[in-house]
Amino acid sequence: MAYIANTPDDVRVMLGAIGLDSLDQLFDMIPPEYRLDRDLRIPPALTEFDLTRRVGALLARNEGADRRVCFLGAGSYDHFIPAVVDSLASRGEFYTAYTPYQAEASQGTLQATFEYQTLMTQLTGMDVSNASLYDGGSAVTEAVLMALATNRRAGRVVVAGTVHPEYRKILETYLTHLDSEVVTVPPQNGGVDPSAFAAAITPDTAAVVIQHPNFFGRLEDVAALVDAAHAHGATAIVSVDPISLGVLRRPDAYGADVVVAEGQGLGNPMSFGGPYLGILACRQDYLRKLPGRIVGQTADRNGKRSWVLTLQTREQHIRREKATSNICTNQGLLALRSSIYLAAMGPRGLREAAELSTRKAHYAAEALAKVDGLSLAFPGPFFKEFAIRCDKDPRAVLEKVGAAGFHGGVGLGRWYPELADHILVAVTEKRTKDEIDGLADAYRDALAAS
Amino acid sequence: MYKLDQPPLLFEASRPGRSTAILPPCDVPVVPLDSLIPAEHLQKSAVPLPELSELDVVRHYTNLSSLNMSIDGNFYPLGSCTMKYNPKRNERLAALPGLGAQHPYQDDSTLQGMLAILHELQNDLAEIAGLDAVSLQPAAGAQGELTALFVAAAYFRDQEPDRKRTQVLIPDSAHGTNPASAHLAGFETVTVKSDSRGLVDIEDFKSKLSDDVAVFMITNPNTVGLFDPQIGEIAGLLHERGALLYLDGANMNAILGVVRPGDMGVDLMHYNPHKTFSGPHGGGGPGAGPIAVRAKLAPYLPSPMVGRREDGTYFLDEDRPLSIGRVRAFFGNTGVLFRAYCYIRSQGPDGLKRVAQHAVLNANYLLSLVRDVYPVPCGPRCMHEFVASCRTLAKDRGIRAMDVGKRLIDYNFHAPTVYFPLIVSEALMIEPTETESRDTLEAFAAALRAIAAEDADSLHDAPFTTPVSRLDEVKAAKTPVLRWTP
Repeated sequence: MAYIANTPDDVRVMLGAIGLDSLDQLFDMIPPEYRLDRDLRIPPALTEFDLTRRVGALLARNEGADRRVCFLGAGSYDHFIPAVVDSLASRGEFYTAYTPYQAEASQGTLQATFEYQTLMTQLTGMDVSNASLYDGGSAVTEAVLMALATNRRAGRVVVAGTVHPEYRKILETYLTHLDSEVVTVPPQNGGVDPSAFAAAITPDTAAVVIQHPNFFGRLEDVAALVDAAHAHGATAIVSVDPISLGVLRRPDAYGADVVVAEGQGLGNPMSFGGPYLGILACRQDYLRKLPGRIVGQTADRNGKRSWVLTLQTREQHIRREKATSNICTNQGLLALRSSIYLAAMGPRGLREAAELSTRKAHYAAEALAKVDGLSLAFPGPFFKEFAIRCDKDPRAVLEKVGAAGFHGGVGLGRWYPELADHILVAVTEKRTKDEIDGLADAYRDALAAS
Repeated sequence: MYKLDQPPLLFEASRPGRSTAILPPCDVPVVPLDSLIPAEHLQKSAVPLPELSELDVVRHYTNLSSLNMSIDGNFYPLGSCTMKYNPKRNERLAALPGLGAQHPYQDDSTLQGMLAILHELQNDLAEIAGLDAVSLQPAAGAQGELTALFVAAAYFRDQEPDRKRTQVLIPDSAHGTNPASAHLAGFETVTVKSDSRGLVDIEDFKSKLSDDVAVFMITNPNTVGLFDPQIGEIAGLLHERGALLYLDGANMNAILGVVRPGDMGVDLMHYNPHKTFSGPHGGGGPGAGPIAVRAKLAPYLPSPMVGRREDGTYFLDEDRPLSIGRVRAFFGNTGVLFRAYCYIRSQGPDGLKRVAQHAVLNANYLLSLVRDVYPVPCGPRCMHEFVASCRTLAKDRGIRAMDVGKRLIDYNFHAPTVYFPLIVSEALMIEPTETESRDTLEAFAAALRAIAAEDADSLHDAPFTTPVSRLDEVKAAKTPVLRWTP
């Protein structure tokens, strides 16, 4: 019996102690008319050997970054993961533990989380970080809810149209049910025009959301956008790529109030979209409305430094409907992985990852721009990702590039109909010059054949 | 837990200049960075991260891990959390590149194995629920609740455009996420009392049921570990008024293959695969919160869903005009869902039913071993968990639930959930799960009994054998120190 230790003899003794004759009687409380009188219609049990073979065969049908050279991005990136991350995070003492409610039996998780919070403040320049949220999209939404609660304003929220379209969709889904209005400032030439952005911000605007580098990989005039928010006292929420902080200015330098990020790139596998890591760090002023778990330092009976979940009066298990958020879990294991990643990489390693990504992306942009039928879509500086315009049907071209062994990019038409002939290309430190040259050749061949 | 001393913080162990070489030199032409990115965007000084050798990092986290209790090391009877064994076979499969190396925006044609697994899982979860359609998108149980309420709201907007249902009914024994989710979904929450048995007070429920009610959120089996047999009657009364019955699926472990929520009138529910289907809890996450609904609610589920074409290929279906939209970027917490799939495949129909049988057997056996010392007000039987009370121990001897929980740690057992649910005073909420042996249950019962006989004054100082003694939680909240500073 899979994972059950009770022997037939145990069952007999245990039933006897309870005063029952059969396992079936354990369910006497359930009225018979609701009981299932047949087996569940799911496939029969597999042994470990058969499960491994069958699931292994199914997974082998996927052709991911292990089988094709990956130039896909748009919020999920093929960055390098050092061995120490997998090795340490797969310790059962970490991943089979739960929320550290019993602090004395959970100091490992608690200290690691306190260190995670510290690392996030070091990375972003913010005063405080929570213990993480579901993903980059939920971090954007929770940041907006936090700003609405803190500013106590009727909620106009101004969002740059260059924020990840799925993050904007989540925000829209959540805010539909609250008295808030989301105003989107459409992109121009792959970026947000600061004066158009400023014009959308009204005195009743509670928060603005900016992404930098933006969804197209471009750097926004982020300082001007943040200033525009502050001119009306609105909270400036900036969504960043944490790897970019190896070369780009820290968000505190341009006045961000709240920094959110998708933390996947920090040592977490792409894993078909999840689980990922929602980073949320902010200035001190927002602490009382900060959603999610937070670990704080304290002392034990002997005065020894130690850690504990704190400020729980914000949370749903105490406050119920008055909680700052309905979120209960954090992404503990992903936060741990990201901390190990940053500890292993250090300041130099993070800078190398960011610099290599920058240089290789620029090399790739140049190489692709030389291909007949492709051109760089937008002017202006970018980090590790850029959009190209494709003279022929991108779907057909990408299919041919795929057959040549490359995941060549993400078509933008599904989110931006006006950019139906555009492809978003991401280049991480893992891509080699040969792979990039190969991608350009594959595009060249695909365009010639189309 | 090996109970070593705490290592210093990463930042205290940092030494300037220490590092580990991981990445290769640049193989494309190296030009000055400010010729690629304007200087105004570039940082002036490096991010102040800690500087450590690889061995520093390995020792640090290895030693930290030894300060944790975990399922791998300890019995972990945390009520409502279903801390069952997390199978190693699932971890090994989840570490394969066929999962980890898959990008969410790959072309569907390169994801046929992944989509087949997720499609099968959608079907399995619908069958286990006795409902019609499943969304795998929500990232956790709480987000599943919220998503389901969004779905309900969208359904009512469509069905009853001329009026608005404003209320969600929630029993006083419910998890705190229920009211928090209802509030966030724009509903007013109305609390329904429990009766003396720990079940829904049906008269109170009837008095609060009106045409303003959209959804009743029930947890069944509930948080005191009882199956509420009134559920059919409750469903009937709700349906007469056009309202919906939601099931918080946190306690599905007790009823797998025995009774299906849909068969007892539930219209929509969430699962906690990290509980019921053995996904590891990860020190506080990740979880997942797939939801199952009746056919009439299916059009409103978030997008995308996994579809199957007539030729047997799979695709991500985004063309769903009535969908509420998205609650999460990309597909969902696939890694957690994948482990749930492996678990369900390992168990099969017989195995899942046995899981429920042995979860309930273990809980009842443990209850029988301790109830004379720790009364179970909502007994004498239970489903997968029970809530014992320290009320008499507290009154007669000054031993509180927290004291018992903390002292159990010295006996190498994780504490039960304490002080929840709120309707039982001095609550110890104990869920042993089916994967524990009779020997473990007996040892745990013996520890509970021994603690009840210990000196009360000294118990207030427990635990005694942990790396740190009892913590000052008030200090942590009063003067928050939330990060290390030099």
